[in-house]
Amino acid sequence: MSYISLSEKDRKEMLDTIGISSVDELFRSIPDNLKIKQKLNVPEALTEPELARKIEEIANQNSYHHFLSFLGAGAYSHVIPSVVDYLSSRGEFLSPYTPYQPEVSQGTLQIIFEFQTLICQLTGMDIANASLYDGASGAAEAALMAHRLKSRSKILVAKSIHPQYRDVIQTYTRNLDLSVEEIAYSDRGEVDYEDLNKKLDEDTSAVLIQSPNFFGVIEQLDNISALTHERQALSVVVVAEPVSLGILEAPGNLGADIVTGEGQSFGLPLSFGGPYLGFMACQKEFVRQFPGRIAGETKDVDGKRGFVLTLSTREQHIRRERATSNICTNQAWCALRATIFMELLGKKGLKELAWQNLQKAHYTLDKITQIKGIKTRFMGVCFNEFVLEFEKPWADIDTFLQEKGIIGGLSFEDSYPELANCVLVCVTESHTKEDIDRFVGHLKEACQ
Amino acid sequence: MIREPLIFEISDSGKKGFLLPKLDVPVIDDILKDIPSREEIDGFPEVSETEVVRHFTRLSQKNFCIDLGFYPLGSCTMKYNPKINEKLASTNEFLRSHPEASEELTQGSLKILKITEELLMNITGMDAYTLQPSAGAQGELVGMLLIRACLEERGNPRKIVLIPDSAHGTNPSSAHVCGYRVQEIKSNESGTVDVEDLTKNMTEDVAALMVTNPNTLGIFETDIKKISEIVHAKGGFVYMDGANMNALIGMCKPGDMGVDVIHLNLHKTFSTPHGGGGPGSGPVGVKEELEPYLPFPIIEIKNGIFHLNIKRPKSIGRVRGFHGNFLVNLKAMVYILSLGPGGLKEISEVAVLNSNYIRKSLENDYHLKYETPTLHECVFSDKIQKKDGINNIDIAKRLIDYDVHPPTMSFPLIVQGALMIEPTETESKRDLDRFIEAMKQIAQESKNNPEVLKNAPHVSYVRRLDETSAARNSVLRWHKNRNDKEQES
Repeated sequence: MSYISLSEKDRKEMLDTIGISSVDELFRSIPDNLKIKQKLNVPEALTEPELARKIEEIANQNSYHHFLSFLGAGAYSHVIPSVVDYLSSRGEFLSPYTPYQPEVSQGTLQIIFEFQTLICQLTGMDIANASLYDGASGAAEAALMAHRLKSRSKILVAKSIHPQYRDVIQTYTRNLDLSVEEIAYSDRGEVDYEDLNKKLDEDTSAVLIQSPNFFGVIEQLDNISALTHERQALSVVVVAEPVSLGILEAPGNLGADIVTGEGQSFGLPLSFGGPYLGFMACQKEFVRQFPGRIAGETKDVDGKRGFVLTLSTREQHIRRERATSNICTNQAWCALRATIFMELLGKKGLKELAWQNLQKAHYTLDKITQIKGIKTRFMGVCFNEFVLEFEKPWADIDTFLQEKGIIGGLSFEDSYPELANCVLVCVTESHTKEDIDRFVGHLKEACQ
Repeated sequence: MIREPLIFEISDSGKKGFLLPKLDVPVIDDILKDIPSREEIDGFPEVSETEVVRHFTRLSQKNFCIDLGFYPLGSCTMKYNPKINEKLASTNEFLRSHPEASEELTQGSLKILKITEELLMNITGMDAYTLQPSAGAQGELVGMLLIRACLEERGNPRKIVLIPDSAHGTNPSSAHVCGYRVQEIKSNESGTVDVEDLTKNMTEDVAALMVTNPNTLGIFETDIKKISEIVHAKGGFVYMDGANMNALIGMCKPGDMGVDVIHLNLHKTFSTPHGGGGPGSGPVGVKEELEPYLPFPIIEIKNGIFHLNIKRPKSIGRVRGFHGNFLVNLKAMVYILSLGPGGLKEISEVAVLNSNYIRKSLENDYHLKYETPTLHECVFSDKIQKKDGINNIDIAKRLIDYDVHPPTMSFPLIVQGALMIEPTETESKRDLDRFIEAMKQIAQESKNNPEVLKNAPHVSYVRRLDETSAARNSVLRWHKNRNDKEQES
């Protein structure tokens, strides 16, 4: 393939204009000893049909999609309305960049403004940004933001936060004068209130919790936030499954100061982990330390409403090393898909979606816990994920289920060694009653 | 053009845009009886599918984009985005691949990532790659973390990172997030790194030099090997910002220049769509010495089977969830395979030809601060037009009336009133000539009719917007209780 639009005649004319005889002369500033003598060691060019065959051949080496799967753990299988794919594939959305020139970017800017509004409504916060990379880096940015606001020496991170999010928080904070301590979880699978009470002191900038947490359990946000505020620390709530906000009270109404999370559930396919969508929202008093792009409303010279990127004095292109974050390019197109998804489902649809996830997960849980040899590990109330503990080795059960075409869930072997033989199961609206009953049936056989 | 209200302003109670199948399991009551829940999301829109489709179609028409026309935004490499990349990235087997599924069930996805890493290694002459970083700035952060981790192991992380004054704003910001103090290095009169200033500042307190090559002026750092030697002699590392790699593909390799770490922007050089501001992908390539510190997971191959390794004791850790922006990496891989060695070299040849054609054609109309030869982009300034009271923003806004996207103006900071123009290799001569003609006319207008520039743009959906009041009033979301009249105006 070639995507060059010049003819030989064009090239000749252009070289004449420049006053040279060959393109090589334009590269004279590169010293000879750096110039490559041979051609690049990459395969010879392929045409479209050849590429399609090659990619198909590689794609066929994936087999996950043949299984009935109950994997979640921060990447959720939800319905994607065809309108989302159709609209988001328009070149007007795919092929511009960051809206630096607002007069010719009103589409993107208005969509960011609507996205910010939707995120504020979901989370119960005052302001939201245009997006961050993903839930994990969002949690890290929230930790950094809280640290800038409070400048104390430690942050507390619930051990029930997604293990990968905790990893990323560690990576982002490793060179700062800041210690990251973990808060234990209780038998209910919630934040251990006593442990929090003990560790939350005047050196604590913020408490980070996830709800529903990695075990699927809904945290008691109001109690935790109240205790956090008593000690003048900031309450940061991470949401990895935003569908839950269709039915759960907004974290902002339960005391959260910063809410961040993963928006993949809203119209983004699993895609082996990316691109996904980080979002972040906060109370307006914290805006000066807020990271990322923000769109705002204004007027043009004729008084007509329009939108621009605003409050950019927080950002790297103006503030350089004193910026609130180094983020530049974010996940704008993913935010577009999430905006289409949220607006299409709307008030009724998102609530129904959340309700169906809740009902189907609890139906499944109810059936499974009647099986001898399986019990729920935690007593807390869950949303669409829950943790099961098996009497028999999970490896054997997993093998049995896979033979029946089922991926039963995610083992905790690596992430929580103390939860030996425990498995995280996710049920969404994408599972029919028939799927669930088949899963339960085979689990029963496996446990016999 | 049709005025498009906010979705919230056309919302009407009871409308639905999408239906889920009926719940097919028996309802359990009171699951949430002890949990704070909500009846509805206050303010969330209620619209039909038709309304949603019209809303976004109309909004799309208010965007300028590459598919519509010339977009010479400097240092952003706004090249054509091939459609085959999009098509192959929507292959079902990839879309439905769960990031936590076992290696055994995702060999195809892992293979895509491994092939992409190897292609990038061969193109840039580096020894290993991570595809984890989500965009260039995250790549910079990863690169600096790698350097710091390696220096720590040697016994001293050091304190300072040197950055030329022509650099993009993310460079100092990324160094800062990594805990380093930034020391600026002056550019000399040719617009390149002042080797004397570098030598003076390159002490054993310096962890690294972050250098963009070619730099943001489009100038190749001819002394790059010497620069690397100066940095290495004091035990520092050379970090290359690869944002401008479009000038070098197939011509030379950063790995031969003494570069220890580089990030690439797949959404620039490797044609993946910019998406209105992402998703990008910012792979980081390193020399052998820094390989042990790469973020996990690392993809390894044993007996023809791909594995994910997270047990890497020296690793800086994880920098984002799962496996990076997988689909973006896939699109870049398809792009490289579609071009092959000849097509890749042609990228830089034509990108540099196009840029120099523009430079030559406009050199009598606009001021060029540096006369040094340039590669893929050139930076003019508004110095000549300033005499008539016209600045770079006026020029940029007037270009909109000529159906061209304005160039980059926010940097490099060393050129006041900058107009950074990067045409890329995919433009036709006809489009280049239209742009040149527009720029020449604007140069004339600034003398004969400056008002038409100051009031530009004239034909866009909105005219010049008041950015100052946007920052002062900070209306950052829609509110339902705001005065309806105000929303309507």
